[in-house]
Amino acid sequence: MTRNWRIGTSCGLLLAALLTASTILVRQVDRIRDDEPLQEVLYIPSPAVVKRMSLGYSGLLADIYWTRVVQYFGTKHRAKSKQYLILRPLLEMTAALDPKLLPVYHFGSVFLSQKPPEGAGDPQAAAELVEKGIQQNPQAWRLYYDLGYVYWLEMKDSVKAAAAFDRGSKIPGAQPWMRVMAAALEAHAGETETATYMWTNILKSTDDDNLRKNAISRLRCLRVDSDVKRLQDAMDEFTKQNGRLPVSWQELISAGLLYGLPVDPRGDVYKLVDGRIQVAEPDHFPFITRGLPPGAEIGDVPTDKGFKVPKHLL
Amino acid sequence: MIGRLWAIAFNTYREAVRDRVLYNLILFALLIVGSSIVFGQISLEINRIVLINLGLTAISLFGIVIAIFIGIGLVSKEIEKKTLYTVLAARPVRRWEFITGKFLGLVMTLTVNALLMSVGFFAAVLYVSHRLGRGDLQLVTAIYFILLEFVMITALALLFSTFSTPVFSSIFAFAIFAIGTFGEDLRSIARMTSGVTHWAMTGAAYLVPNFAALNVISQVAHDTAVEPKLILLNTLYVLAYTAAVLTASVWIFERRNLK
Repeated sequence: MTRNWRIGTSCGLLLAALLTASTILVRQVDRIRDDEPLQEVLYIPSPAVVKRMSLGYSGLLADIYWTRVVQYFGTKHRAKSKQYLILRPLLEMTAALDPKLLPVYHFGSVFLSQKPPEGAGDPQAAAELVEKGIQQNPQAWRLYYDLGYVYWLEMKDSVKAAAAFDRGSKIPGAQPWMRVMAAALEAHAGETETATYMWTNILKSTDDDNLRKNAISRLRCLRVDSDVKRLQDAMDEFTKQNGRLPVSWQELISAGLLYGLPVDPRGDVYKLVDGRIQVAEPDHFPFITRGLPPGAEIGDVPTDKGFKVPKHLL
Repeated sequence: MIGRLWAIAFNTYREAVRDRVLYNLILFALLIVGSSIVFGQISLEINRIVLINLGLTAISLFGIVIAIFIGIGLVSKEIEKKTLYTVLAARPVRRWEFITGKFLGLVMTLTVNALLMSVGFFAAVLYVSHRLGRGDLQLVTAIYFILLEFVMITALALLFSTFSTPVFSSIFAFAIFAIGTFGEDLRSIARMTSGVTHWAMTGAAYLVPNFAALNVISQVAHDTAVEPKLILLNTLYVLAYTAAVLTASVWIFERRNLK
């Protein structure tokens, strides 16, 4: 065994031991600092300052900020958080650093507008973000769709939504269904039907995996909403005929009001609890407005028969 | 004269390669491959954009750092090692030839370095996009502008090297690079002033190198075309500015007592 070999082996072993020890220590430190509010810190709040500090390499910085947005939103979303404190400034920062980065507006508007815990519940901020995006990218027709989506589904303003879809339909390269959407909203067509039409077209016209997954989830939720309304109609008819609420689906089947056990898009049978229709697994349908368990929807009102779906949702 | 310039330039290139300058290529390759994998997993819809932004930013920053750290030592190192006097006295080399040769040698090093990085960069773009189209020619324009950046920063580093120590030269060079990225802001501020301040500010704003117009990385990342007129004007500007800086370097160097 030569001297060099001995020194080399000793140094290698020592290095490995020290690096292992430091890794273990860092993990311990991370465990202690787990609750540190680092997630909610913006570090530098001014987009103008950050842009200046980037020394012209603002594109890369925008990508890093966008990744931080995705990580921040994902972490909060997974934790079913009700507050997304720095989501809006992070998105504004990213858009300021790279105004042409379209995913910021497409996804950012969804992140901002959806009700907690699905999003920050700030549709006004979402609309403002997309308007800024349109100013910077007037030829991007998808942004008008994003704006129309926020106005229509999150702000319930079908007039502004129709105007947004109409403006977008005039952009070269826009999908023909944008014009149909504008017309449907102008004609005050049924919300569920219009939404189903929109998501079906998005599903058909995109290759983007995230958008496809979202469209499929939305379509499933719309089917649940539609199913629950249909089942509620059947229950109302049963109540009119018998003077009482049904206690099981079997009673509705026997009365000829249903052809079989009603199942949701995942194949689970809908529950019938104290005259209330519920999906078996609400977590699988994040956008439904009907069929939620008691207390799950803001605005649920108690009745003498327990909770009931609010009237404005039926 | 051409032979002497070539000899100095080639020796400068050889020295840089011997100094293991090209080792940064390994880091660059790791950065490109790593970022493609990491950003693909943790971000949303920006794989190609990240690759272009990161790849071009890395080519630019690595080159600028190399240009400054080698550029500041081109003259001062020769003085320190007492080899400059030998070159200038023992051989028929004029001082301006020495400065120009050193400049060309470093530009050559940076060009080879950037071209090798570009090969890796385009391979990564091909991997992510599955094909290279005509639109990707814009990426070549961005790389060309990066090379123009190198030309200017090399000349500036060399200028500082002719009259200052390496530490101060590097500080000056990095500072002038940072200020140069604010060139457009400086000119806007100058327009808002009046009187003597206006003339002083305008003079200062046009004196600093205009690096801002040479950075089109964000633009090409979004497949936006670079105007041919900008390519022409940037080329002419860099040639003029670099010639001015080299003239200043030669002028200072000619007046230096090297004994």
